[in-house]
Amino acid sequence: MRESERAVGTLLQVKDLRTHFFTLEGVIRAVDGVSYDVRQGETVAIVGESGCGKSVSALSIMRLIPYPPGRIVAGEIWFNGKNLLALSDEEMRQVRGKEIAMIFQEPMTSLNPTLTIGRQLTETLEAHLEMQASEAEGRAAELLRLVGIPEPERRLRQYPHQFSGGMRQRVMVAMALSCNPKLILADEPTTALDVTIQAQILELMKELSKRFGVAMVIITHNLGVVARYADRVNVMYAGKMIERGSARDIYETPRHPYTLGLLRSVPRLDQPRKARLEPIDGQPPDLANLPPGCSFRLRCTFAIDRCAHEVPPLIPVGAGHVSACWVADTLHGK
Amino acid sequence: MGTIGPQPPARREEGPSIEGDVLLEVRRLRKYFPVTSGVLFQRRVGLIKAVDDVSFSIRKGETLGLVGESGSGKTTTGRCILQLDRPTSGEVRFEGRDLAQLDEAELRPVRRRMQVIFQDPYSSLNPRMTIGQIIGEPLRVHEILEAKGEVRERARELLSVVGLNPAMADRFPHELSGGERQRVGIARALSLQPSFIVCDEPVSALDVSIQAQIINLLEDLQARFGLTYLFIAHDLSVVRHIGDRVAVMYLGKIVEVADRRELYENPLHPYTQALLSAVPVPDPAVEAKRERVILRGEVPSALNPPSGCVFHPRCPMAIPECSQGVPELREVSPNHWVACIRAEGYQSA
Repeated sequence: MRESERAVGTLLQVKDLRTHFFTLEGVIRAVDGVSYDVRQGETVAIVGESGCGKSVSALSIMRLIPYPPGRIVAGEIWFNGKNLLALSDEEMRQVRGKEIAMIFQEPMTSLNPTLTIGRQLTETLEAHLEMQASEAEGRAAELLRLVGIPEPERRLRQYPHQFSGGMRQRVMVAMALSCNPKLILADEPTTALDVTIQAQILELMKELSKRFGVAMVIITHNLGVVARYADRVNVMYAGKMIERGSARDIYETPRHPYTLGLLRSVPRLDQPRKARLEPIDGQPPDLANLPPGCSFRLRCTFAIDRCAHEVPPLIPVGAGHVSACWVADTLHGK
Repeated sequence: MGTIGPQPPARREEGPSIEGDVLLEVRRLRKYFPVTSGVLFQRRVGLIKAVDDVSFSIRKGETLGLVGESGSGKTTTGRCILQLDRPTSGEVRFEGRDLAQLDEAELRPVRRRMQVIFQDPYSSLNPRMTIGQIIGEPLRVHEILEAKGEVRERARELLSVVGLNPAMADRFPHELSGGERQRVGIARALSLQPSFIVCDEPVSALDVSIQAQIINLLEDLQARFGLTYLFIAHDLSVVRHIGDRVAVMYLGKIVEVADRRELYENPLHPYTQALLSAVPVPDPAVEAKRERVILRGEVPSALNPPSGCVFHPRCPMAIPECSQGVPELREVSPNHWVACIRAEGYQSA
């Protein structure tokens, strides 16, 4: 890894972020001490299952956590030299959508059904870039063309329901790009789409991010989706980051039992069919009532006594590769 | 439609047939939904051909994987087999009888033999019923067990069959995780001791680590109770794992059917090839070397399907003839059926 570039090219740095939800059932530690960084122009993946805190960590960066019940209780989020958590609401509004854009999983619920696609695109342009209506309209058409939507002038006058799922997600990509952001947070951008359309959208996102030098954070539960596109991969489990490394390290030499289990449990088309799948037994813990020690311990086949009492920190297991596991060293080659 | 012959005479005419002990045979199944306009007079303005001339068979004890994208008609095919949607035309022969010809009263005993597992374990369980009541309901409806105590006992037994604690019978769906709920859905399907189960995307709503648990469970139950599955899914890697044979659907039609191994090693229809190449592989080194066929455009509307081969506007291999005649499913090699006029042409090229 290019460790030397780290300090220079770092665009986003999340430090010990803790986002908790205060509910009647108790405190839900959705994100509990998460740190990661994103360099300029790179694509970083955050992988984990539902409820592991991956979406909440992205919403925390945008400061879109609903309060109450949610609150960012600790941590720093440095973006382009500013600590986002220290900005006023007005200053944050300037960052949101302009410098950092977000793409959500469900394009139907993130677009306003009562406004035309054109209006939704020009709204951002007028608000952030102070464009005049006619200028914004021209730019909106250009954006639609950029994301591969034919006949953009006609499409601008249409409503979201007149677009297919894939086309709506293209519109979301166009909206995300509209103000030339430095960073795009994409939360499960292709999960709701068919597999042939998934490939189209991911190729489009990758191509555009390269062309405009935009860094991307792709949040997903599907390890397969990011293998082709991510430079680095972060794996989350029960509100914590449990492994991080280059895409190659994570897929070829995973050093956390959870990552290993995830990779083993999915059937793969490029390998001979297995007689039986190897699932991870049990299910993720209740975030309001986490077990002491390592949260993965109860599902882990490698657990030792120490795992029951001490929470394992992220420790280096290779160049630019860290794992939060007491037995990470013994996992090599497993 | 509706004439019942003992066996299809010509294979090409009647679509893919198979040897062996056939449990379910679908012949020239069609399901059209009318599109109406207007409040008072409900004029018919169009016809959605959700399932359009689909034929296949499933042997006793095997799993047929049915793959396709959303809107391809795979779920409607499942619903027509179960007679939850009555077919527009065609036959659904199950255990020797054509279900499309039966009325509701005649269907009742048949419904006990065929069950369904749904995709979404959140919306398919009644939130006001306990798990025990949910699993016991089919037993009461079909008047198999009358006494409350017996139903309760059977529900507890079924819970342990699907790997859950019998004590869960007194809990409510919201207290369970997604994986646990899907197990409850499976227990409910098993309660009437069916011979055939339509599994409609049973794992796609679940987390990856839980998906494998449910797939293993379905395989165990199949071996234990001699079940036959129609496994509907959009995930080709899951279907390769569980299906003995695989059928690929596109816009209401089956474009390819073959034994699992043959289909994945030697896909002949350009759509199957594109689907396979779109499935991501969790390995950056493999992904870097892989050639991808990225399909242009999107699935056209079933309201206004393209002429000729429905896939031709997106097909990288299409020639002018493809827009003229509808290609029939034909047997290109033993048990490998393809609906493409160029199946041999570009294969050797």
